[in-house]
Amino acid sequence: MRTVKTSWKHIRRNPYQALAAICIMMLTFLAISVFAFIVFGSSIVIKYFESKPQVTAFFKDEAQQSEIDALKQSLQQTGTVATIHFVSKKQALQRYSEQNKKDPLLLELVTSDILPASLEVSTNNIEDLGKVAQIMRDSPAVIEGEQGVIYQKDIIQRLSLLTNGIRVIGITIIAILAFVSTIIMVSIIGFKVSQKKEEIEIMRLLSATNWYIRWPFILEGIFYGIIGTFFGWLVASAGLLYATPYLQSFLKGIPLLPVAPVFFLTLLIGELVIAIILGMVASSLAVLRYLK
Amino acid sequence: MIKLENVTKQFGAGDTALEDVSFVIDPGEFVFVVGPSGSGKTTLFRLLIREMVPTTGAIHIGDWDIVNLSHKKIPHLRKKIGVVFQDLKLFRDRTIFENVLFPLEVGNMDTKSARKRVEEILELVGIAQHSNKFPVQLSGGELQRAAIARALAFSPEILLADEPTGNLDNATSWEIIKLLQDINATGTTIIMATHNTEVVASLLKRVLTIEKGKLVKDQKQEKKEEK
Repeated sequence: MRTVKTSWKHIRRNPYQALAAICIMMLTFLAISVFAFIVFGSSIVIKYFESKPQVTAFFKDEAQQSEIDALKQSLQQTGTVATIHFVSKKQALQRYSEQNKKDPLLLELVTSDILPASLEVSTNNIEDLGKVAQIMRDSPAVIEGEQGVIYQKDIIQRLSLLTNGIRVIGITIIAILAFVSTIIMVSIIGFKVSQKKEEIEIMRLLSATNWYIRWPFILEGIFYGIIGTFFGWLVASAGLLYATPYLQSFLKGIPLLPVAPVFFLTLLIGELVIAIILGMVASSLAVLRYLK
Repeated sequence: MIKLENVTKQFGAGDTALEDVSFVIDPGEFVFVVGPSGSGKTTLFRLLIREMVPTTGAIHIGDWDIVNLSHKKIPHLRKKIGVVFQDLKLFRDRTIFENVLFPLEVGNMDTKSARKRVEEILELVGIAQHSNKFPVQLSGGELQRAAIARALAFSPEILLADEPTGNLDNATSWEIIKLLQDINATGTTIIMATHNTEVVASLLKRVLTIEKGKLVKDQKQEKKEEK
């Protein structure tokens, strides 16, 4: 308790230094929070695309049921297919009507004759998509050309590439910020230690142990870490909650938003653990450097 | 018992602060250490509290081998020896009460007992009425008393007082000496460094005279026979 009191006194007596330390920690953890949102969000988006029917083949109007059955059979024989779902012209119209129920003009224009029947196939592995697509293209029942078979391999690949890029950039930025905040904390706490050199000397002469002198400084570092993290997390979370309605309309159909409160809470706990470690390391470095 | 055997302390530049000093002080003694400025009195005190180690020689306090004392044990040694520093070394941003409380806090005494002890000591040294003042608000004599109070916090076996009357007027000096005598009467060993020849001559205590780092005289003063 005495250590906490001493630590609080150090903070109160140098409010601007405390503010600088809290700000840098806040910035670091704001970046970590945003990064966590992006990584978490993108992994859900990729999973969503991966779980959707990945290859769709559209049939010619004159396609025979036997040809369709033959295609189904040869697809199943590959052993790579997870699900096969046939969508008839009627079902396609139903789906179309459902998607565009708010737009009567679009509904009037389309009849089941226009919409082709299709086969939606998902595979266990994304690598098998090409093979499945090729089998579909080879079927005489499927519409020829680019429009006959569509699949989302490209979307997923692009998303994966983007996510990896974000990860690399994010980790680099966080590493730099963590390094800078550690250095700044070392400087601030080191400055405080040297400011109190005379007092520390007296403490030693009055039988204070090294740890008695060190703990308030280390606790101070932990305090900066905790407060900075909390505000960084708060700003990032508030930003995400504010942006949720806009993002929801952008990411229509993807079960990502609103983010569950448990995710925010887990993120906060995780960040607090990192902050405590970071604060402790920085202040210990300062104390060991200036208080031998 | 304090025992110094052939203690020499040299500093980096080759200056010798103490040279081949040996003496023994028994528990409960009151000893003056006299000598001109720079003669090595303060160095002697710093060696006794292991603020520094001698270049050669041995120092024993009770069962403790001070020269070979591990760093971990230094705080324990400093609880046995109270020091009134020449420059007092009071915390300027703490009240007198908090200054005296500090060693007890460090020693992990529970708050209630520690506060009670501080009140007792401040009463003993006669500055209880100033307990909530800061050092800057006190006179020289009161500050000396505060420093003595802090040195007494742990009821030390030994009290080192470095020039405790240095900047005080005659009357206040005698008040401080009287206080030290009272403390000595409770069994505490007192070693007092001083320039004050009047005090030394009047008290008829043992006197260690140090000049240029050497112990030149170790004399027990006797009361002169009145004829």
